[in-house]
Amino acid sequence: MSGLDPCRGPAVVDSLSLKSAVATEPHAPKGRRRRTGVNRSRREALTAYVFLAPWFVGLFLITIGPIAASLYLSFTDYSLLDEAKWVGLDNYTTMFEQDPRFWTSLKVTTIYVVVSVPLQLGFALGLALLLDRGLRGLSFYRSIYYLPSLLGGSVAIAILWRKIFGADGLVNSVLGLFGIQGTSYVNNPDTALGTLILLHVWTFGAPMVIFLAGLRQIPRSYYEAAAVDGATTLRQFKTITLPLLTPIIFFNLVLEVIKSFQSFTQSFIVSNGSGGPNDSTLFYTLYLYVNGFKEYEMGYASALAWVLVLIIAGLTGVNFLASKYWVFYGDSK
Amino acid sequence: MATASRRLPVLYRRRVTRGAKHLLLIGFGLIMLYPLLWMISSALKPEELIFREPGLIPSEITLENFIEGWTALAHPFGYYMWNSAIVTGLSIVGNLAACSMAAYAFARLNFPMKKFWFAIMLGSIMLPLHVVIVPQYIMFSKLDMINTVWPLILPKFLAHDSFFIFLMVQFIRTLPRELDEAASIDGAGYWRTFFRVILPLCTPALATTAIFTFIWTWNDFLSQLLYLNNPDNFTVPVALRTFLDSSGESSWGPMFAMSIIALGPIFGFFLAGQKYLIRGVATTGLK
Repeated sequence: MSGLDPCRGPAVVDSLSLKSAVATEPHAPKGRRRRTGVNRSRREALTAYVFLAPWFVGLFLITIGPIAASLYLSFTDYSLLDEAKWVGLDNYTTMFEQDPRFWTSLKVTTIYVVVSVPLQLGFALGLALLLDRGLRGLSFYRSIYYLPSLLGGSVAIAILWRKIFGADGLVNSVLGLFGIQGTSYVNNPDTALGTLILLHVWTFGAPMVIFLAGLRQIPRSYYEAAAVDGATTLRQFKTITLPLLTPIIFFNLVLEVIKSFQSFTQSFIVSNGSGGPNDSTLFYTLYLYVNGFKEYEMGYASALAWVLVLIIAGLTGVNFLASKYWVFYGDSK
Repeated sequence: MATASRRLPVLYRRRVTRGAKHLLLIGFGLIMLYPLLWMISSALKPEELIFREPGLIPSEITLENFIEGWTALAHPFGYYMWNSAIVTGLSIVGNLAACSMAAYAFARLNFPMKKFWFAIMLGSIMLPLHVVIVPQYIMFSKLDMINTVWPLILPKFLAHDSFFIFLMVQFIRTLPRELDEAASIDGAGYWRTFFRVILPLCTPALATTAIFTFIWTWNDFLSQLLYLNNPDNFTVPVALRTFLDSSGESSWGPMFAMSIIALGPIFGFFLAGQKYLIRGVATTGLK
């Protein structure tokens, strides 16, 4: 995204010593600068560190420190009560060679991500396109479609979902009107994951809002010119809208893959913490939680966390590499 | 004449497609909202009618579920709402204070290695929570902070939610620098400039931060599940979860009633802060 560019240059120094800087070098050596300038920039740096103090403390205490600790713990056997015992690569070899539930959780999560993210983004894009062209009541529709993505992560909605797809839930009572007798969808290993996928698709509102913002960036004049040349709506979509929207699609894709790989609440509530039935909703993070905080296998849980990080980093990397072939940035090449 | 007769059907066709579009959008919106509306209507029905009536209008309205749900757990439900309100309120204060300070430094001040720290800040946005959660839990438990609000709010006061730093940096950069310079000429130091010039102009970004912090903290389940084990400290998500354990599959009415109450504040913030929510999502991709 364009907003991610690093900080801007030192504007204050530039304005103070503009003339001499132009006459000599863009970055004048320190000795050349006037004394007050040196004092001023030192004072400025000091102030900056004071402003950043809470963030720095947090960075080392609750981010970098724990990252290092987690890496160390992943090579140990640790249960919070005893000392951590160094076991080398044992956690990792156990995971890959002797832990079928690890593979199950990986499979379940992968299916969840691979199915639900494209569906969710598809709905988001479709609705954004329907809503775009100056439709009356746009903000009303936008709010209605956006609301579920605010609520979707909550325990209350997960409880609701459990009931909608339960044996005597909404789906079956609607099917009952047509004389169809359904069973519980959350208790059936074949359909339980499907209900969670539906829940994720239901929250398409957030990416839709991002798509709407992206659509608004496309200059109207492109469409006018295309219409003059006789391009149909479909043609306009294929040659103008879609290519210019690819950076936004890419952004949403990266974001949603990272986020959905870490889903936890839905699987926890819908299966009541078990990942059942038959481990069919055992999300990776739920398995990590069970290992770390139910069995207190904190070394093993840390190893699981690192594998998760590598997977997410890998997927994001693949996404970025693949983006070269389909994402269109107007200003390059 | 010829052009007029050709244009009429086009206009007519346009009106028809527009009408069809609205019908489609309303229909789809209804499907989207149906689960929520069904939950509300079910909570107002006597237990035995929930399954028998898939429709939205209850043939018999009762508040029994709300009364029963409110008192079903160890404490009245309002007690858990209050606990959640404390955690959420302090989280908002923490995020507003710590993130706006960091953002001001990144957006306006120069210091050594600024680009490096800025990159670290951006990188930490994407860091999966799970890689730090085990050591964080160990740390907070060694500090004897389990079953207190500290593990939940301390990270906010230390600007752990870097999204909001980024959001505010982006916002501050759009403010004209001349304002800072004018303040400086009038003799204002950095702190005064921050409090008197930058912060007041940042109100939209602060509002976005406050609303998102509210919604995320109110909904947050994992960390509250981890750090609050004592029913006296339970917040709304953890309390709702115990419904599933204590009542099993039987008492859906009261469970729905309390779920509605739990979602109420989010819905309120959604109505009040829509503008900021939509803008926040559109500019930074927050959820």
